[in-house]
Amino acid sequence: MRLSEHVYRTISSIAGPLLFLQKVFNAQIGEVVRVISPDGRMLDAEVLEIEGDTVLIEVFGETRGLDIGRTSVVFTDSVRKVPLSPDIVGRIFNGSFSPADGMPMFIPEKWSAITGAAMNPAARARPEEFIETGFSVIDGLNTLVKGQKLPVFSSSGLPSKELVSGVLRNARLSAGRGSFIVVFAALGLTFHEYSYYMRVLEEMKTGFVAFINSADEPVMERLLAPRFALTTAEYLAFEKGMDVLVIITDMTNYCDALREISTAREELPGRRGYPGYMYSDLASLYERAGRVKGLPGSVTMLPVVTMPEDDITHPIPDLTGYITEGQIVLSRELHRLNIFPPVDVLPSLSRLMQKGIGKDRTREDHRKISNNLYKYYARGRDLRRLEAIVGRDGMPQKDIKMLDFADCFEQEFVGQRGARRTIAETLDKGISLMRQFSLEIQ
Amino acid sequence: MMRTGTGPITGKILSISGPTVSTDLKGLRLYERVYVGYAMLTGEVVRLDHDRAVIQVYEETRGLASGEPVKGAGHPLSVRLGPGLLSGMFDGLQRPLRRLREEMGPFITGGREIYGLDYQKKWQFSPISKEQDVTSPGDNLGSVKEGAFSHYIIAGPDDRGRIAKIRQGDFSLDEALGEYDDGRMIVGCHEWPVRSPRPYRKKLPPSGPLVTGQRSIDFLFPIAKGGTAIFPGGFGTGKTILEQSIAKFADVDLVVYVGCGERGNEMAEMIEEFEDLRDPWTGRQLMERTILVVNTSNMPVAAREASIYTAVTMAEYYRDMGYHVLFLADSLSRWAEALREISSSLEEMPGEEGYPTYLASRLSGFLERAGVVETLGGRTGSLTMILSVSPPGGDFTEPVTQACLRTTGTFLMLDTALAHRRHYPAINWFQSYSLYATELAGYFREIVSPEWETQQQRCREVLQKEETLREVSEIVGAEGLQDSDRLLMLIADKIRTEFLSQNAYGEDAFSPPEKTFASISGIFAYYDRMLGKIAQGLSLDEALTQEGGA
Repeated sequence: MRLSEHVYRTISSIAGPLLFLQKVFNAQIGEVVRVISPDGRMLDAEVLEIEGDTVLIEVFGETRGLDIGRTSVVFTDSVRKVPLSPDIVGRIFNGSFSPADGMPMFIPEKWSAITGAAMNPAARARPEEFIETGFSVIDGLNTLVKGQKLPVFSSSGLPSKELVSGVLRNARLSAGRGSFIVVFAALGLTFHEYSYYMRVLEEMKTGFVAFINSADEPVMERLLAPRFALTTAEYLAFEKGMDVLVIITDMTNYCDALREISTAREELPGRRGYPGYMYSDLASLYERAGRVKGLPGSVTMLPVVTMPEDDITHPIPDLTGYITEGQIVLSRELHRLNIFPPVDVLPSLSRLMQKGIGKDRTREDHRKISNNLYKYYARGRDLRRLEAIVGRDGMPQKDIKMLDFADCFEQEFVGQRGARRTIAETLDKGISLMRQFSLEIQ
Repeated sequence: MMRTGTGPITGKILSISGPTVSTDLKGLRLYERVYVGYAMLTGEVVRLDHDRAVIQVYEETRGLASGEPVKGAGHPLSVRLGPGLLSGMFDGLQRPLRRLREEMGPFITGGREIYGLDYQKKWQFSPISKEQDVTSPGDNLGSVKEGAFSHYIIAGPDDRGRIAKIRQGDFSLDEALGEYDDGRMIVGCHEWPVRSPRPYRKKLPPSGPLVTGQRSIDFLFPIAKGGTAIFPGGFGTGKTILEQSIAKFADVDLVVYVGCGERGNEMAEMIEEFEDLRDPWTGRQLMERTILVVNTSNMPVAAREASIYTAVTMAEYYRDMGYHVLFLADSLSRWAEALREISSSLEEMPGEEGYPTYLASRLSGFLERAGVVETLGGRTGSLTMILSVSPPGGDFTEPVTQACLRTTGTFLMLDTALAHRRHYPAINWFQSYSLYATELAGYFREIVSPEWETQQQRCREVLQKEETLREVSEIVGAEGLQDSDRLLMLIADKIRTEFLSQNAYGEDAFSPPEKTFASISGIFAYYDRMLGKIAQGLSLDEALTQEGGA
């Protein structure tokens, strides 16, 4: 252990974002270091590996202009921490936690480790409190509950940001118990995208904290921003008792950044070049959602994943789906039919729904209605394949009815344009649709 | 175990890379447990070179500095075995999660050693061995009551000798229950290295079914007590729900459940449920017969690798008392991935998809710890393993699924298409198989009905024919089929929706074999009636109306 900062000018090699430094005394793994270039530019960096007195350092930001001999490296004797204070609410930061709203930095009340610590499974409270998003297809069929992590699986060109901002505007807790505070992390977004989100956030009455890493900012910060966001969320939730909704978009950019850094470290690539530890790495983010027994407050997560090539088996959506508690899958087909939100009901799922619905939570008949709607719609979808082969005229009357139901369900239940529906309206809509086609509600 | 080397007791950290640390400490043995750094993080020696030892650290290494001390524990990574494990909840290193929560709050920070057993609690001991008896490891010295179970105090690996004194009454685990004639104490617990299978007198062939209460498993793809089963499935195919349903309803004495690299919320849900629910066989609280080992996906990766060994050692310990123990792991893929991460941080040569080449041999070594055994104490106990596998992209050709297929007896393939139709459990009836089916048929014939196999065969045939007919009907339309074929499709639909699918939340979640058999027989009785009517010259629609009216 060292008691003060140490400065070294013993760089032996530089490759992309990686520096090798020699003759370092007792470096810590994960220690924060500052790299000062010959022209006085200061870069943030972290100790990645230690081999005797040789240390491998990873630099966040542009390493152009660094040299061997004159560049100095300052060791700070501390691992990366996040400054926290209630004053953080309402602020916008960049991916290295510097204010991006032109205001001065707040005075921290405490510092917490960026990686957080794993929540003891024995301390977790079961997520079961219903969140009303105002979208029938989510509330009725894929119910979101407090403390859940439910990603949106989108494809390029689909309105994921409209869906997420709709949830942001409308999300309400069931018992009228206040509203959410939003922690927003934008990873590698274009100006067009994040300014859209910022407009939505600023229009909202509830508080928010934003971490913006735009498309042209350092890739390394894409790995930090979600961790800043989640550490902030945990602080607000479990120390300040707030209900926090964390929106992270776009996780695909995060994973690509992870792959880029992993390749630079010359690690063994796994599927499609993504590192073998991507599952654990993603889990270290997603698993920070939850509730704690005996504490108010909660962290609910709504990450957005853009499926490359619309492929749900691609490693990014695949590993995400294995960790998260369900998924909301957007469909190009429904989008083409001008249905909003274009959520494909069949592959979408909320694993925590069973506990969040029913008497005293939503309505007693919720489970029955959602099971029936799902069943009839699935049958209608099945029959569409048959229709494509034998033609509509060749089908029996009852099959034609199911086909019509499926169409109507997509247009009227899933599709709702901008209008917000309460859970009661959603369920009544479901009942009236089934009645309209005289389908039995079993 | 005594240290034989003459090296220093404390060494220094030389290098750190992720969870891998090397030290100059001499005299360590392979797989010895070590304490790393000022924080005393737990680690295990995984490689020895002439001038350094490589250590796998089981906790977060962030903040660890080179030059910090390393200490050897003198024994391999072990678990403590004794009364008090049941209804416990541990992490991958057997630290009790409930007590961890009391001591450090809702988040787990590293470097805290808390034993898996409670050394304060008193147990009422009644001896079985007598004074002057000569005991050897594995003998039953006596028993205590652990909940509803008789917990036999088994002589540990070093407990060999003539008993000079043995007492009766209330003892805590650090008090002597008696002593040997050479003065050594007899205590109620011992340590066992997790990576060594516990010994037994001999292995017996799997015998008798393990009733799961899931119709599609018990009827079509039964699992034997002492057997092994895997069910691979993509995400959303209901692996966890199926594992948990089996954990709730299986007709075994005890269940050891490992949440290996899975979701924390799911575990919270499971714990609450297990505290509420009752064991359908005995009526007792489910938690009383359960041990949970939980290493969620965000807990350290290396401990995830160790977690299945920790759990299986505890399972073997209860097997050695003559209990039928069920070991469930969700999911084995996460364990294999942990192995891959560790292997890659050791810079080993990768095999298929980056997994180390020893993946298959490690797996088969692990799976061989299942079985029916005659214990050292002369009882018969069994350890059955049911493991879920999460193949990436739902692709079953990947290495973990393939390696499992070579060594497991029952293969239950979970089908994404079925899950999308909300057919749960989404077990594909064409691809799945059980190598125990013929052996177990005899038991079902005896305990349920002599018709068991014939009905089973009939069920398979109907499902097989339906598949062929479905292709035809997609071309000619359902109306174009003959009445007998349409009837068959109707019956197959009934089998699928009323028999094979089972709601994990309702009354139907548990189906004992008698009910399973009655249900399929009912469907076939209906089939026969309808066939009779068609044979009499009625059309299918007429027959259906008649049946509906009757």
